[in-house]
Amino acid sequence: MKRTDLKHGWVWTVVFALLSIFWVFPIALVVVNSFKNKIYISQSTFSLPTSKTFVGLQNYARGIRRTNLIASFGWTVVVTVGAVGLMLLCTSMCAWWIVRVNNIPSKVIYLLFLFSMIVPFQMVMFPLSKIADMLGLNTPWGLWVLYLGFGCGMCVFMFTGVIKSLPMDIEEAAMIDGASVPRTFFTILVPIMRPSLVSVAILETMWIWNDFLLPYLTLDMRKYKTASIAIQYLKGGYGAVDMGAMMGCLVLTIIPIIIFYIFCQKYIIAGVTAGAVKG
Amino acid sequence: MTSMIGKTIRRWWIVFLLPTIVAFLIGFLVPFIMGVYLSFTRFTTVSDSRWVGLDNYRGVFSDKEFQHALVFTVLFTLVTTLVVNVAGFFVAYMFTKAMKGANLFRAVFFMPNLIGGIILGYVWQLLLNAVFGHWGRSLTYSGTYGFWGLVILMCWQQIGYMMVIYIAGMQALPDDVMEAAAVDGASSRQILFKVTIPLMMPSITVCTFLTVTNGFKLFDQNLALTNGAPSNTSEMLALNIYRTFYGRTGYEGVGQAKAVIFFIIVAIVALIQNRLTTRKEVTA
Repeated sequence: MKRTDLKHGWVWTVVFALLSIFWVFPIALVVVNSFKNKIYISQSTFSLPTSKTFVGLQNYARGIRRTNLIASFGWTVVVTVGAVGLMLLCTSMCAWWIVRVNNIPSKVIYLLFLFSMIVPFQMVMFPLSKIADMLGLNTPWGLWVLYLGFGCGMCVFMFTGVIKSLPMDIEEAAMIDGASVPRTFFTILVPIMRPSLVSVAILETMWIWNDFLLPYLTLDMRKYKTASIAIQYLKGGYGAVDMGAMMGCLVLTIIPIIIFYIFCQKYIIAGVTAGAVKG
Repeated sequence: MTSMIGKTIRRWWIVFLLPTIVAFLIGFLVPFIMGVYLSFTRFTTVSDSRWVGLDNYRGVFSDKEFQHALVFTVLFTLVTTLVVNVAGFFVAYMFTKAMKGANLFRAVFFMPNLIGGIILGYVWQLLLNAVFGHWGRSLTYSGTYGFWGLVILMCWQQIGYMMVIYIAGMQALPDDVMEAAAVDGASSRQILFKVTIPLMMPSITVCTFLTVTNGFKLFDQNLALTNGAPSNTSEMLALNIYRTFYGRTGYEGVGQAKAVIFFIIVAIVALIQNRLTTRKEVTA
């Protein structure tokens, strides 16, 4: 669509600028309060830190100490990167197999994947957490398997959509020239599928990085916590919530995401759009 | 008919198919089937289950808190679906016009979607408690406060997400149809209602579907913002199910029955809505 001119364009720019400030305000408020003494946070939330209430980086230090936030952050990275990597590899291969083999078992499997997309997590959460315990999947690498299993439906669905639109000729030519099946997949399919691999990677990263309940119910809490779980634990501890430490932890978990967003904005928005068109 | 390369690939099922299938069995299919079975039994772990027929389901329907959570969730979903989609569509409509700063605003509006629900819940708890504190109240003053708190939080989060989808849809609209309408003397309001919105039905379908399912399945934000307080009046379905499982022993079977009902509702909503809205789609 052509970008038509807007009547009173500058008025709208001002309106949306104000709205944008409102959009950032909740997060800015947390940042401001993270520098205040914890007893002043709930009392005078909207005032800027004064010489009496300012505590420097104490809240951050206490937050990191009480939640072991650095380790939790590391585990979140391990879980997310591993799970997304495994999902991309396994589900793209699986989707290719399903589309090209195209017999009755492959169709049944595909329908089961589609079905899994409409099932909410609460339906499987209790048996899943028990099975994960029994099989020793209560570790960050165990979660890779669980995420692959629970999340593969959407990935396979997206990849089969792409592969169905590809002509078979190229793959056929490669195989006639003597390329093995894996080689055909990795040298021909993967490069063609790159845009959708990126989209799926973005969507799955957004889900797994922020997921709370699945890791909370399956991970061994004595050893591993993700960032969201660490924050929930800070709240759930006995006695009054340490608002200072809470503010510090919130800021520390938000900042890396914003930095990541600034650099990858283009891909993230493209990924979300691609996911919506097919979903 | 299977193609020639299909036959060659089929032999490689151990490498290509099996890993995903094994994970799918562990992570979805077996828990799903066990879940359906367990909803008809009494159990505390999965190995000591005893068949009780429909007792658990009777327990669900006599549970006042579950009914409250159901009504709360339905109302919440209606309100957020309406507000998020109207606002998201409007914002997208404005941003596809030539407006200074649209790219920056778009980035800002989308930003909340990258942050986890638990974190967003605590961020808004600070703000809303400070606002209500002005009148000496807090978010947990009554279920109504929690309801509107959650509505504000979810609108703030989801408007940007739907906006991105609507923008993509609007940018893909055919120029010639718009120009033809303009040449024929249609006002910009007429173009919006008679041309743009009908042509945008596919995007509207997707976004309504997403907001409805997000509303029904909401958990993290609910847990962090109010955790159901006061006395479970701001509790939504997913949180109610969670609390039935892990909050009181002896009720695991009832929790699982609730989960089955929850699944059926989500599935029906998904199917009906897809039927309803795909019929309204128009092609240019």
